[in-house]
Amino acid sequence: MEKVIDNQGVKLHLVKTDKYKTNTIVFKMKAPIEKEYATTRALLPYVLQSGTNTYPSFTELRTYLENLYGATLSVDLQKKGEYHIISITMEVANEKFLKQSEPLLDKALTLLADVLFNPRSANDSFDEQIVAKEKRTLKQRIQAVNDDKMRYANLRLIQEMCKDEPYAIPVNGILEDVDQITAQSLYNYYQDSLSSDELDLYIVGDFTEEEVIQSCQAKFQLKSRTSKKVEQTNIRKRVKENVIIEKQDVAQGKLNMGLRTNTRYGEDDYFALQVFNGLFGGFPHSKLFINVREKASLAYYAASRLESHKGLMLVMTGIETKNYEKAVTIIKEQLQAMKNGDFTEADIEQTKAVIQNQMLETLDTSRGLVEVLYHNVISGTNVSEEVWKEKIANVTKENIIQVGEKIQLDTIYFLSGLEA
Amino acid sequence: MERLLFDQLGEELYYEKMTNGLDVYILPKKGFNKTFVTFTTKYGSIDNYFVPLGQKDLKLVPDGIAHFLEHKMFEKEDGDVFGHFSKQGASANAFTSFTRTAYLFSSTTNVKENLETLINFVQEPYFTEKTVEKEKGIIGQEIQMYNDNPDWRLYFGAIENMYHNHPVKIDIAGTIDSIAKITKDLLYECYHTFYHPSNMLLFVVGPVNPQEMMNFIKDNQAKKPFTDQPEIERKFAKEPTAVAKKEQVLHMNVQTPKIMVGIKGSYTNQKGDTLLKNELSTQLLMDLLFNQSSENYREMYDAGLIDDSFSYDYTQEESFSFALVGGDTREPEQLQEKLTSILKQAKSAKNLSEEALERVKKNRIGSFLRALNSPEYIANQFTRYAFNEMDLFKVVPMLEEITFSDVKKVANDLIADDRLTVCKVLPKNS
Repeated sequence: MEKVIDNQGVKLHLVKTDKYKTNTIVFKMKAPIEKEYATTRALLPYVLQSGTNTYPSFTELRTYLENLYGATLSVDLQKKGEYHIISITMEVANEKFLKQSEPLLDKALTLLADVLFNPRSANDSFDEQIVAKEKRTLKQRIQAVNDDKMRYANLRLIQEMCKDEPYAIPVNGILEDVDQITAQSLYNYYQDSLSSDELDLYIVGDFTEEEVIQSCQAKFQLKSRTSKKVEQTNIRKRVKENVIIEKQDVAQGKLNMGLRTNTRYGEDDYFALQVFNGLFGGFPHSKLFINVREKASLAYYAASRLESHKGLMLVMTGIETKNYEKAVTIIKEQLQAMKNGDFTEADIEQTKAVIQNQMLETLDTSRGLVEVLYHNVISGTNVSEEVWKEKIANVTKENIIQVGEKIQLDTIYFLSGLEA
Repeated sequence: MERLLFDQLGEELYYEKMTNGLDVYILPKKGFNKTFVTFTTKYGSIDNYFVPLGQKDLKLVPDGIAHFLEHKMFEKEDGDVFGHFSKQGASANAFTSFTRTAYLFSSTTNVKENLETLINFVQEPYFTEKTVEKEKGIIGQEIQMYNDNPDWRLYFGAIENMYHNHPVKIDIAGTIDSIAKITKDLLYECYHTFYHPSNMLLFVVGPVNPQEMMNFIKDNQAKKPFTDQPEIERKFAKEPTAVAKKEQVLHMNVQTPKIMVGIKGSYTNQKGDTLLKNELSTQLLMDLLFNQSSENYREMYDAGLIDDSFSYDYTQEESFSFALVGGDTREPEQLQEKLTSILKQAKSAKNLSEEALERVKKNRIGSFLRALNSPEYIANQFTRYAFNEMDLFKVVPMLEEITFSDVKKVANDLIADDRLTVCKVLPKNS
């Protein structure tokens, strides 16, 4: 499906399809999560998109994007396993659907290169004012999580569960570290990142391959590098799970539970883990939804999901504070039922069907497609769509029970209301 | 079956009205894996005062009942419909808005089976006292989840400020007290009034053969004994033009204050092209005033009044309309003043630029093309447009047609002192 071309420092991934009315460009920068630099890294893409030497302010840059028929430019950060990923995404109309035609994809690539290699800067420093403003916004972005209790509970669970691991650092960095960043220190970090991060450029849409390759080769000239690999951190085994209860003025308590799967994306039994998660809490037919919501009527949402590159399974539900014990008991019972193989062949088939469906649906969106392809970069594997389908289809009940044996409850975090 | 072609967009649409009154639309999408189907009734949270089927008098029903009904449709005598869908490899869902209740699924296999499951489950209600009681716990938690969500509270607070009587001010899910009054008989009454095929629309988008699909739906409907139903009588109390409350402050467990400035719309009872033109013109007006390339945005951002949570929106339906603008801010007073003054100046078009209009139009056209990549957007929006007698596929030509004087006119019509209101969420101890 994708054509991969090594262009020295940046790997080009082209996916040609005529199903969209737009072309999508995603640029990914990958580096290990490091406490010392996480906050600087979280600031960088926002400063880059604030102005270039060609379009020196955010306003001018946005004006230009609107003139390109509402081209979008957005930046985003993610934690994937032990890595801190920057994504810069552009989406631009395919001119064949417009009355006037200008080569919009090429203009978008030019702009992306401008943002990456020609940000507003002078004398080895970013613009002081831009950096000051973006530091202010970064602080607000970091603090905003406190006002969104669902995200907050998830963040607190990870902080407690992965204490002493780089993964505990929040994706937007640490509030106390923002002030010490300067326009110069950020610029130094930027140059280091461009020369040492692992870089991937995805282009999805309807275009002439030759033209796009030539254009990228001319615009994205970077030195070769060897990507930094991080060994999986060794995780201490808990004898008994860690329980953290925090009280706040909330109408609904948030119960989040973290489990170690000890299985990661790219490993052979990862496919069985996906089916395990599907049976346990991934869907509305799963044990958590049926037992916590439908039978006990305790919650509106009750689900689990995988952090596939980190080897975590996260359970989340929102309940009345007084139902904490009841909910924890039901969830633990469901986990035990999974480990005991308390599910039928029909349950497995049903779960495989929805997992396959979910994957095919994800591949229908250009961004979903890029995320799926990027899993291979993170894990250093090369699982194609066909192989993935086949591996899921071949998962047996025995595989699921085996992968379940490796799953351990690590931490229970409860954001409790004040009443109890 | 009618075939409608949209050359510039490279889309074609098939339409047929079933003999029982159901509107069916099919949009083939080549190259996609998934088929997405919505089955929607023109019945939402605002339809709380109406003449129930077969009765003579208007009746007021408990707040949150349309949403409650949506939840209860999924439970049948032999268990829950989600299970049927997942056995067939589909994912199903539903949502209730102010004006619509939509049931939907997406699947990449067994499309016909899933379509049949969707149509049948929506057309075969099954409510018991026991299952209705059980749902109160689940929806109670849904309500509490939203109660803790400051953005939702801010949004609803602003709408609540605007309206004296109109039920758009009532939270879609109702309250724990209001849903306590819901019974199985009330659910059946609402169901039979609003779920007749003549009040509904089915939209199929995906890699399908339109003729085959249409025949399949027709056969399914022909088997069911629907009798003709008279037009539904809904009533909305008279609503003054001015807002009900100028300001409301909610103290919540937050660290960062939030504000939302709202303008109660002046257009009511519009439909079709008139509604389309006014909605798009007002959205362009909001773009000119507040989008990321605007001078106002730059000033507010530079002054530290807004951050990336800043947003704005304009919605217009037949019986209500409103514009909202705001976000997180360290300086709620200053931001309120700034937003209010921008809006007031716009009334006389002092701060509107004709040159910028061309640009924001281009921007809207590009956004529309991007949205057409999404089967969900097409099905949901097409349905919303159709219920308002508008045509989604006229958006681009309408945008091209809108002039600077159209935008000045909507600015003048929309903005007035007595239609402005503000809602704030502030930290509890402030």
